[in-house]
Order: sequence, then C-alpha cells, then structure tokens
Amino acid sequence: MISQSRIVITGLGLTAPNGNDIATFRENLLKGIPRVTTIPMRYMGSVLAGVCDFDPLRYQKKKEVRNGTRAGSIAIYCAQEALKSAHINLEVIDKSMVGVYIGITEHGNVETENEVYNISQFNYDTQYWSHHHNPRTIANNAAGEVTLNMGITGPHYTIGAACAAGNAGLIQGYQMLQLGEVDYALVGGVSESIHSFGIFAGFKSQGALATHEDPNKASRPFDKDRSGIVVSEGGCLYVLERHEDAIKRGAPILAEVIGYAINSDATDAVLPNAQRQAECIQKAIKKAGLQPPDIHLVSTHATSTPLGDAQECTALRTVFADCPDTYFNNTKSFIGHAMGAAGALELAGNLPSFSDGLIHPTINVDTLDPACALPNLVIDKPIRPSRIDTLLNNSFGMLGINSVVIVRRYPPLP
Amino acid sequence: MTKADVQKIVLDIIADIAPDEDLSQVKPDVRLRDQLELDSMDFLDIVMELRKQYSVHVPEDEYIHLASLDSCAEYLLPKLAAKA
Repeated sequence: MISQSRIVITGLGLTAPNGNDIATFRENLLKGIPRVTTIPMRYMGSVLAGVCDFDPLRYQKKKEVRNGTRAGSIAIYCAQEALKSAHINLEVIDKSMVGVYIGITEHGNVETENEVYNISQFNYDTQYWSHHHNPRTIANNAAGEVTLNMGITGPHYTIGAACAAGNAGLIQGYQMLQLGEVDYALVGGVSESIHSFGIFAGFKSQGALATHEDPNKASRPFDKDRSGIVVSEGGCLYVLERHEDAIKRGAPILAEVIGYAINSDATDAVLPNAQRQAECIQKAIKKAGLQPPDIHLVSTHATSTPLGDAQECTALRTVFADCPDTYFNNTKSFIGHAMGAAGALELAGNLPSFSDGLIHPTINVDTLDPACALPNLVIDKPIRPSRIDTLLNNSFGMLGINSVVIVRRYPPLP
Repeated sequence: MTKADVQKIVLDIIADIAPDEDLSQVKPDVRLRDQLELDSMDFLDIVMELRKQYSVHVPEDEYIHLASLDSCAEYLLPKLAAKA
C-alpha cells in the first residue's frame, strides 16, 4: 500500500554535547553557549571532542550498559525521550507496527579497537577476544539495542550513510510510513565515534582535524582560520507518524516533513561536489512543491573544513541566488560534528524556530572567509526574521552522499 | 585457599558482570541461574574472567560445573590452588 499521506514529527529525544533535551539545547544555541572539550585518546595523547553527559541509567540497567555499546545507549536514551515527548505509551499500541531506522556514519570501530587493545595485553591471544564483540559490532547494533530495551517488535535497522545519515534515517522512516509498513517510525541518527582513535587519526592524516588552543573555538565553520572537524558524539531520534493518525490520537505535532532528497556526487571519496549538492537541494525543494525563496532557514552542513565549507556555500549561492528572506546558520560551531547524528541534531536545534520565531546564530566566525560569504548568514546573535515557516536541513558525507530534508511549520500559517 | 575463597572469587566476578543483582542472599547450593538473572553470555563472561584474572581455562564441556557456587568451589578449587 503506497499512500500520499502527509508525514509529521510528533516527538523527539536528543543528547548533544551542550544539552540532553531540546529545551536546554535550544537555550544554549540561542545564548551562544558551545561545549567542546579535550579528552584523552589512545595512541594520540589528547584530542578535541564533543562529549555528551546524559545518564544512560535513566533507561538502561547497568548490565545493558556494560554489554552494549555507547551508540546503543545513546539511541535508547533518545528513543525513550522521543516516545515520551510524543505521548506514546508502548504498552497500549501495537509494538509490531513501530519501526526503528537509525542513521550511522560508521559502527564497530570503537568495539573492535577496544578488543584489539584488550588482546594486546595477552600477547594477542585470541582466546581473550570477547564473545560480546559480534553483537556489539553488527551494523544494526544501535537500532537493535533500542528494540531489545523497549520490546519493540517491528522492523529495525541502521542506515549507513556517512555524515548524511541523520537525514537518511528520517527519510527512511518517512518512506516506510507512506508504504504502510509501520504506524510509528523512530528515526534519526546517532554517533559514538569519539571513542575510536581511528576516526581521529584518519581525519588527522587527511589534514581535516581541527586544532585550537580554546576547545570551544575549534569548530568554526565559515571562519577564515578554520582548520578542520571537531568530532563529537550525540544522537537525535524523532517520532514520525502519518498526519491523519497523529490527528486522530491528538498527538503533539512539532512540524511536517514536506520534502527530501538524497543523491551521489560520483566524483571523489572525500572531496565534496558543489554542483551535486545544489542538485540535491533543488530536488528536495521541488519535491516539497516550493521554490527557493520559499525556504526561510537553511541549516548548513559545514563542518569547519577549508574546502567543504566553501563548496557548500558555492552550492547555496547557486540555489538561493535571489532569496532575500532565506537565512543561513550552522550548529556545528557549538557542538562540533556529531557525525551520524549531525543531520538529525541540527534539524532539532532549529525546529523551535517555528514556536519562538528566532534563528540561532553561527558562532566563532571572527573573520568571515570571503569564499563562505552568504547573504543573511546569521552570526553571533540570534535574529527574529519577519517569518519563518520552512526549514531546509543539509547533511553531506564521504563517498559523495548528499541528503536534504525540508520541514514546515505546523499548522501552516496562511 | 578454601572453598569459601573460591566462592568469593566467583561472586566478585558476578558482581562485575551482573552489577544490577543483589548478591547478598545467594544460596551456594542453588543453581545460579535459578536465583540470578544470568544468561549464557554471562556464563561466558565468568569463563573469560577466570581466564583473564586467574589463567584458569574452563573447557566448554565442563561449563556445567559452574552451575552453583558449591559446584564452582568444588571444580575450581584445585585449578585455582594450582595457580596460587
């Protein structure tokens, strides 16, 4: 059954380095409060990272935390918070009609690195390799841990989509709802990547790892002196439902998902392609039945790398060439790059614009790079535009994957 | 080393791998799985910790001896004593 049902967001749960709920996260974004810190990293000394401080024991037993993964704990926390905010009691609904679709950049590096280190303490004797390794490293881990924790019996899997994964999870849920495969979709993205030295070492070898004497100034998209990515952990999961179902049960509706697109650069493993990004944005706007001037806020993907930020700005200037009411901001300047969670978290940080009427700023732009100059780039202070009804969320990743999601204020204003 | 010492070793391991459990009332003559929430992965954890911490290797066909604290003590005492 394929329906043309409208799809709405009825709940969300998140953990970010600067907030473990949407109210705190939003407040810090509006107040210009970032949170990046320095952590010890095996073989590397110390690195800059965004670290979350939610309490996993709020929803898990100690043994679940011990045997599971950080990605699993993040996903469980976000899923439980999301269902609570959507006013959904799993005990009174058909749990076989709940789908869990979680975007991830990567999974298994953390656990495999830990096991290799573990057996290194035993002369590399694989008798000491943990029997927990396989359930911890299977690609569906984060989503599967959610179903185990909550007794959800519908479909679950993760969507591996590099740093475009947060949007990709949301898009997957949207499609499954329209297909009638599920009645409720828990969607978004998570990341545990700060616990893997390989992620940091890889970015460093690539010349893409940020350095700065002040951790909170290290993630500085669009600034002339930006030096690279600050890797962060985090998660954000939404509850999506068909509009008619949400209305029927009197659900709180946070926004309506009206457009999306995913495409591929097909040009380079790591270098972005502004033309393909522009095409992806245009495709999403077309699917939403809008024109570029109808987009009031663009939540940029920019990760603070010299080339990536400039390429995205080229794409944005192409699409939004004559759009006086379109504003741009960036959330990574506060929390670094939450990888698989980034797209979902950055959308969440901007969703309250529909209720508070504000656009949170991009911070750490001390000297704007001319290559990143955008009309209406919101810097340092929040602004209150004349209206904000639509939000376009960019999320791009390695191997040339681009994803865009567009949401609209609910209910729409005349 | 006494059987009580062995039982304490096993209980300390269980305290790590099943941190939610109350171990104060564990009966030594009753199967551990009948009084604690332990699954097959937890028993593999016990086997792994005996290997890591005490260099005691428990072959798969002898796992049955880890059923209760009493049977653990009976089975592990000579192995642990030999390592002491």
